[in-house]
Amino acid sequence: MFRRLGDTGATLTLTVDGKEIRARIGDTVAAAMLAAGIGRFRTTPVSGAARAPYCMMGVCFDCLVTIDGIGSRQACLVPVREGMAIETQQGKREAGR
Amino acid sequence: MTEAADLASSYDLVVIGGGPAGLAAAALAARAGVSTVLFDENPGVGGQIYRGITSTPITNRGVLGEDYWAGAALAAEAKASGALIVTGATVWSLDPSLQVGVAIAGRARLVQAKRVIVATGSLERPFPIPGWTLPGVMTAGAAQTALKAQGLVPKGHTVVAGAGPLLWLLAAQLLRGGAKIEAILDTAPRLNWLRAVAHLPDFALSAYWSKGLALLREVKAKAPVIRIANLEALGDDQVREVAFDGRRLPADLLLLHQGVVPNVNLAMAAGIEHRWNARQLCFEPVLDEDFGSSVPGIAVAGDGAGIAGGTAAAERGRIAAIAAMRALRPEAAVADTQAIRQKLQREEMGRAFLDWLYRPADALRQPVGETLACRCEEVTAQQVRDMARIGCEGPNQMKAFLRCGMGPCQGRLCGLTITELIAAERDSTPAEVGYYRLRPPVKPITLAELASLPIAEAERKAVER
Repeated sequence: MFRRLGDTGATLTLTVDGKEIRARIGDTVAAAMLAAGIGRFRTTPVSGAARAPYCMMGVCFDCLVTIDGIGSRQACLVPVREGMAIETQQGKREAGR
Repeated sequence: MTEAADLASSYDLVVIGGGPAGLAAAALAARAGVSTVLFDENPGVGGQIYRGITSTPITNRGVLGEDYWAGAALAAEAKASGALIVTGATVWSLDPSLQVGVAIAGRARLVQAKRVIVATGSLERPFPIPGWTLPGVMTAGAAQTALKAQGLVPKGHTVVAGAGPLLWLLAAQLLRGGAKIEAILDTAPRLNWLRAVAHLPDFALSAYWSKGLALLREVKAKAPVIRIANLEALGDDQVREVAFDGRRLPADLLLLHQGVVPNVNLAMAAGIEHRWNARQLCFEPVLDEDFGSSVPGIAVAGDGAGIAGGTAAAERGRIAAIAAMRALRPEAAVADTQAIRQKLQREEMGRAFLDWLYRPADALRQPVGETLACRCEEVTAQQVRDMARIGCEGPNQMKAFLRCGMGPCQGRLCGLTITELIAAERDSTPAEVGYYRLRPPVKPITLAELASLPIAEAERKAVER
């Protein structure tokens, strides 16, 4: 859906569902995932429909992912860090997580 | 990086939001010696209009345009002013005693303010069409954010649809960035001209007249523009096509926009009185000439005070800051606001024309059938209409019946739709129907964050058994 314009600067590595992706320092988690071609961030707890970022500014909550074990974080507001472990969320979050 | 533990327990002025209004307000107040903290939940300041202004990877200034780069001076001014600027800081509550709840890097604090300026800006109006929740359907603002902050440009089949100045600006920026736009689907009803034309003389005198015309010419030279009346996003787990007026186009990315509206959640949760603006079709706070709200000590500046654009937002922030300085330091000499008010008036001159010209069509604000009104709880327009028809009178009762507005976005993406649907079904008005009752926390915080709030010995003893 997206490509990077020009110089992409220094990069770092994070994982999404165990798979490594490269990100640019200054990316938010959502931007890094979109740039890596990830088009599905979660499925809804109501119908299980696929969702991906809609607003990129912290108001729609469709980009919710699990970051380093903490669920339902807004991927569009969290800057990437080296080694970050991202998990996409499937339907209802499992109890106890 | 400022952490929660680094914050003082109180500040003279707390500014919430680091867009043009917040930056201008904080800079002015801090320079006058008022102890000022500015909180913004994003990784950097700038708000949406100057998103990524201190960090954007885009070096070709022409892509985003000079109006964007004007934000650099505002950001630098705020930084040099002595105000404490805390990014990554989520304000989750504000109450009439001027206590501000903020979470930073997993820890929460309550900060006492003597004055508060809410500068939480605007968000894009809901655009409830069939398929608007599909991955690959985003707002125009989302694509603009990705471009400004991360230098991301759409690839594949990209369709832009809607109405409003931002739509054309985004299209121009994407084209300059090398994106190919399959089509721009213009949803502004042709008859809008009838009401807009009376305000044309004012608009012609504003700075936006020549800028706007140049922008339209630039975009129309590079992308086909199709006037449409209805719109649908099609696909299974990702948008594949857009359908309109019996036609179809392939689409990997559909960017929607039909204007911006004040982001009211924090201001409403603080108890600030709001009213319906029938021209801009949204709720806005009731404010005095210094942008002071119905809650003593809290001002609302910027687009959160009613949509007027980024340059006006900075002027509004300055007026609110001067009012705060007068209240905090009655003995000190404070700048007169007359020159600022004149600038503000010039900025606001063309607004009525734009509001009428780009007024979104009723059918694109008041969906029917299976179209989702509430994205989070997946409540359809039909459900809301049926419930209103059998007697549900307002948004809060609607919440109890259907759960609309009770998901993670806390009504930000459905509030106006629900209000308008109830008004339409009950032959009432949005002003009478009202809006969701909003309460803190206005952003989700974890129990761990709440538990990290410092507790005084007396408070601990009060609940000990």
